[in-house]
Amino acid sequence: METKKTSLYQLHQDSKAKFVEFAGYQMPIQYSGGIVEEHKFTRNHSGIFDVSHMGQLFIYGNEELVNDLEKIFPLNLKKLKLNHSKYSFLMNNEAGIYDDLIITKIENGFLIILNAACKENDYKILSKLLNNKYEMVLDEKRSLIAIQGPKSVEILNDIIKDVENLNFMTGNWFLFNDQKIYITRSGYTGEDGFEVSVTNEFADKFTRKLIEKGAKLIGLGARDTLRLEAGLCLYGHELDKDKTPVEANLKWAISKERISRGDFIGSDIIIKQLNDGVQKVRVGIKPEGRIIAREKTKIFNQSNLHIGEITSGTFGPSVNGPVAMGYVEKEFSKKDTKVFLEVRGKKHPANICRLPFYKKNYVKGVN
Amino acid sequence: MSEVKYSKEHEWIKLEGDTATIGITKHATEMLGDIVFTELPEKGSNVEKDGTAGVVESTKAASDVYTPVSGEVVDTNQAIVDDPSKINEDPEGSAWFFKLKMKDQSEMESLMNKEEYDKFAKESAS
Repeated sequence: METKKTSLYQLHQDSKAKFVEFAGYQMPIQYSGGIVEEHKFTRNHSGIFDVSHMGQLFIYGNEELVNDLEKIFPLNLKKLKLNHSKYSFLMNNEAGIYDDLIITKIENGFLIILNAACKENDYKILSKLLNNKYEMVLDEKRSLIAIQGPKSVEILNDIIKDVENLNFMTGNWFLFNDQKIYITRSGYTGEDGFEVSVTNEFADKFTRKLIEKGAKLIGLGARDTLRLEAGLCLYGHELDKDKTPVEANLKWAISKERISRGDFIGSDIIIKQLNDGVQKVRVGIKPEGRIIAREKTKIFNQSNLHIGEITSGTFGPSVNGPVAMGYVEKEFSKKDTKVFLEVRGKKHPANICRLPFYKKNYVKGVN
Repeated sequence: MSEVKYSKEHEWIKLEGDTATIGITKHATEMLGDIVFTELPEKGSNVEKDGTAGVVESTKAASDVYTPVSGEVVDTNQAIVDDPSKINEDPEGSAWFFKLKMKDQSEMESLMNKEEYDKFAKESAS
């Protein structure tokens, strides 16, 4: 299968990107500045991320659609206001996660942002669950561009008037060159920022405008170090079909009212796990030295028993040290529990820690 | 006179008397990206030609460092362990990795000179 290119491919090339294949797309892993510089620029200024490989699924329908989607997602969608977003999951009957996603209420339906590697399968699952009753468009004609970091609001507001009035996890339609673009105040870096859905035709022009105003292109490499410092899950690593939202320590994303009703796919398991507890749970892990524990690194307790595994690990440029997430047996998941990480045959001390490793406040109550 | 030679694993080696100083090339650092972790062999240990003698890690991945010649490790550069970014800044100068007392200087003969290495690096990069 030929790898796909996003509408910003030419711009990436012009910006001297190093490319990698990711979920069937040619994507920039980094540009000439390198991952550490790109990471810090995002934290201190404003980074642009081409995330056009992600799925933008529009589903149109009215009250019946809301009812049907509530059978699928553990959210109170009836109460979700127009242009408000929620983080959620597509699960199987065992509450295993097919994908994690952001769902936004739009006029006449919902917009769901899906992971690139999962989007085709999600589409199939959702079509089947919804019995093909609704118009569903996995829109390939739109690009998705994130702009993240403290200067992003100023830069974007210069181009698109009034985006500064958006609160975190809300969105709206705006105009760019007479084109309707949908902007949400959201992201995947732990910074204030926006995600912009723009037609492919205008994606390049829009992005070059952001660059003109001082933002810089950032590759997938820094996207990973940024999200890991922010304690955010990456599908295929922290989340997969063998892990549930309760095990992933994401129960905050499940509506309490929906749990009491217990009528969504996977709710039996979720309720059982909430009542009885889980065997393994996602935690933050901070190595004591500089050692980097990568994915699949084995975790041991002080008695040398194998208690878990790392799911993501790297060097955090803002933390200026190694950071990791992983799953450990529940009894070893308390903050400050000492554990050992086996890297290249040697066991290195580390501590279970709170997430995120790096925290800033999101913008709330603008209006 | 000191002589600098290069290996196919992108290490440089500089021989002065019977002491060889070893590091990784600028080309290697460009391929690795930002180096954020370094592990060096223990002083006093013996390393064998083409065997692993350390690790460098970028934000993306870990890579082994090989020694192009055999010998006893007589010194290591703690500065690049404390601040691995020094390797990106001055890979073929102050950011050397370790020094060996060489057992067999004829091992130098099979290594590349500067011109051969530059050609090799250019070809392997494309």
